[in-house]
Amino acid sequence: MGLANDFGSERVFNTPLSEQGIVGFAIGAALEGMKPIAEIQFADYVYPAFDQLVNEAAKVRYRAGATDMHAGGLVVRMPMGGVGHGALYHSQSPESLFTHIPGLRVVVPRSPIQAKGLLLASIACNDPVVFLEPKILYRAAVEQVPTEAYTLPLSKAEVLKEGNDVTLISYGTPLYNCSTAIAAAERDFGISVELIDLRTIYPWDRPTILSSVNKTGRAIVVHESMINSGVGAEVAATIQEGAFLRLEAPVQRVAGWSTHMGLMYEKFNIPDVVRIYDAIRKVVNY
Amino acid sequence: MLTVSIMDLIMFDAQRQGRLSFYMVSAGEEGIAVGSAAALHPSDVIFAQYRETGVFAQRGFTLDDFMNQLFANRHDPGLGRNMPVHYGSSRLHIHTISSPLATQIPHAAGAAYALKMQALQNPNEDPRVVACYFGEGAASEGDFHAALNIAATRSCPVVFICRNNGYAISTPTLEQYRGDGIASRGLGYGIDTIRVDGNDILAVYEATREARARALEHGGRPVLIEAMSYRVSHHSTSDDSFAYRARVEVEDWKRRDNPITRLRKWMEGKGLWDEEREKAERSRIRKEILAAFARAEKEKRPALRNLWEGVYEEVTEEAEAQIGEMKRVLKEYESEYDVSDFEGGVDGLDRKK
Repeated sequence: MGLANDFGSERVFNTPLSEQGIVGFAIGAALEGMKPIAEIQFADYVYPAFDQLVNEAAKVRYRAGATDMHAGGLVVRMPMGGVGHGALYHSQSPESLFTHIPGLRVVVPRSPIQAKGLLLASIACNDPVVFLEPKILYRAAVEQVPTEAYTLPLSKAEVLKEGNDVTLISYGTPLYNCSTAIAAAERDFGISVELIDLRTIYPWDRPTILSSVNKTGRAIVVHESMINSGVGAEVAATIQEGAFLRLEAPVQRVAGWSTHMGLMYEKFNIPDVVRIYDAIRKVVNY
Repeated sequence: MLTVSIMDLIMFDAQRQGRLSFYMVSAGEEGIAVGSAAALHPSDVIFAQYRETGVFAQRGFTLDDFMNQLFANRHDPGLGRNMPVHYGSSRLHIHTISSPLATQIPHAAGAAYALKMQALQNPNEDPRVVACYFGEGAASEGDFHAALNIAATRSCPVVFICRNNGYAISTPTLEQYRGDGIASRGLGYGIDTIRVDGNDILAVYEATREARARALEHGGRPVLIEAMSYRVSHHSTSDDSFAYRARVEVEDWKRRDNPITRLRKWMEGKGLWDEEREKAERSRIRKEILAAFARAEKEKRPALRNLWEGVYEEVTEEAEAQIGEMKRVLKEYESEYDVSDFEGGVDGLDRKK
């Protein structure tokens, strides 16, 4: 809001309605040294630009080699996730599709302070960044945000709450449900749970997660997008490889079911407090 | 044009002998590449598809530059990562070629917008344009539509140059489109458009010169050129085009209408060229290509670490772990892997000092 007035219509402008055009155009501007910040109206509509992101943005530094021509200035922002009534095409969380693409950085903030710091870091970063914004938090999350510029580190998870018995790993909106479930579980089971926000989904902070699970011996991964080949699969596989001898229970994945987001079923599809609480109970009682 | 056509013959044969993995010739289309590139300013930015070897040659890509890329040796700017013919040069302002068709067309629009913004910020520097090459087959991709539309609405100083050579691999234009070629579409996007005889290097030059001037007018705008030609060659070394077109059709084009022969006749008419010079020049070029060929072929491959480098600006923690794992495997199973061709061998996996 107001950016076009403040900075001019040459720097803040409408494009034709074409996602492949938007991302391709932004890559071209980045290739000539600019810092384009492209927006896809909903993450659900990023797929027409998939070729440009996967085959071009992600690979151009690699293929250009010693010529050092790259699209590192590029940031593609897109609203993601459930909003209560978004159905099939206003609810999706496509982050795991991008975590399979070396060359892209994938970032999901959880709050206004995080959003600003991570977005400024993404713009400063010399790699292309897919920046997914949980849209249900656009108006819901309110906190004091510094007006001056600051950055938060990419590829660095944040331990939101220390604990000794279970590690709960998530990012974006589900973190709030995780906090509520943890409070109930700690009260009911007399345990302490460590809660970690991944923040950057790829390349992700493997050392922080592994050191936490090597301490607690139990791990749960929570995300909104479907469970099959989701971020949880990669995190769980990395944990079993890097913390095998410390694991006291199978790694749990609490995620969207392997289906689409039918309008009337959203609250049964998105990981809620009950399912997260139940997963904690499972690993504690295993 | 002569350099390109002689290099094409030598490299096509080299591929047939198994000395390089792949090649694509420009036969019949040398005039489009060289004529248009000559009309651009050396600092103009270029995006190419893959059949624009003449653009690189005209700009000053040396024979060693070509050969290092084709043989993917340690001097290849692409660090041995790309298939042959995927050239690129920051010195010459030509972005590295990628295989996905038409993806470079919206890049060209965005790059042209960047140049326009930079010209506004630095009024003392000469304004520049972007030139973007693609075939008539690539123009069927969605990226062509996206690019021309956004280039027009954002008033980008870009010259789109379509090489219409009649075929996209085996698909003739009758199965590519039913409108009046590619040029007829330009007007629909509000873009100044011209169709030229692609085998007439002077016509291509003149059209590109005028297109460049217009692209810079009125704060910038796109221009579309459709250069009509004929793909005399096979699509690539992996294609035998006589499976889908008659030999006689190709022979007719070679004999009747060829950009090199036509320029030669024009030069002979002006007294600038003759049989003796032709012979001497062909022999000189051939010798130089073979010398560069020999130099490049015997060079080592780039260091193995280049498999991971360049994915991100910095190699990630995950990638470092994988490099360590690869190094362990190479040492453990030393007899299974020959890494002697690669610069530094196994130690080429180590971080550069």
